[in-house]
Amino acid sequence: MDNLSYLFAAYAIIFAVIFGYVLFIWRRQAALEAELRAMEARMRALDESAGAAKAAASRAGS
Amino acid sequence: MNGRAVRLGLGLVTLALMLAALYMVFVYVPTEADQGIVQRIFYFHVPCAWVAFASFALVAIAGVFYLWLGQQVWDDLGYAAAESGMVFCTLVLVTGSIWAKPIWGAWWTWDSRLTTTLILWLLYGGYLMLRAMAGDSEQGARFGAVVGIVAAIDVPIVIVSVRLWRTIHPAVLVTRQGGHGLEDPRMVATLLVSLAAFTALFIWILCLRFVTLRMRTRLGALARSLALAEAAAQD
Repeated sequence: MDNLSYLFAAYAIIFAVIFGYVLFIWRRQAALEAELRAMEARMRALDESAGAAKAAASRAGS
Repeated sequence: MNGRAVRLGLGLVTLALMLAALYMVFVYVPTEADQGIVQRIFYFHVPCAWVAFASFALVAIAGVFYLWLGQQVWDDLGYAAAESGMVFCTLVLVTGSIWAKPIWGAWWTWDSRLTTTLILWLLYGGYLMLRAMAGDSEQGARFGAVVGIVAAIDVPIVIVSVRLWRTIHPAVLVTRQGGHGLEDPRMVATLLVSLAAFTALFIWILCLRFVTLRMRTRLGALARSLALAEAAAQD
């Protein structure tokens, strides 16, 4: 291995590792965003059904 | 300006600085007389070390604030810094090893600088393993903060190791006689631009990881309140 190969290997590894780590963070972030959206939707649905049940109970009471 | 725009701006600044650093390393800077072309590894090896040290100092600072204030945000910051620091510390060891082979004739030697850096890597590896095993528990965060603070003691030891013990690792930034060991002003300029590029890269990566961890914390809180709300709805 000549000196140019060592230089190339060092820089290639630096960029490969950094690129891989950033990709890992982006993928993780996208997965969490999707999970967060799904959970917020479930929360909203639960709030709406609770509101509807309360309204039905108050109508039945009056 | 929202967080996403700030992160995008930071990413573009990092890209511009990194391209400038690459141009300087491969085109602008003169080849070092003794070591030849392989010495150019130095311009990214040193900034990786600087960023790793800064990350581990941040882990300790975040640990102190977490133990003092008990706020989750400090734990998230400490964890993000430890993980990013681990990536850069790995790069320091790997690029150092690649540089050592043609210059010293060996991939590794139990030199004081190399050994203390390996210990640093192992300490933060231990920190990340502890956090992975402890999950999202408060106890895990507390233990992690303590380990982060104690492990940071190794950072100044790594820095002064070339002065404290006999070593073959060069002391380029501050030589044993005082002053710096860079013979040409263009070498100093290249190193400074590379340091700026890696500092920007570190801040950008730290922001990305920190946002992900804050999102995970928010998700955990939302999951707990959702479980409570669903249980109440069933009753």
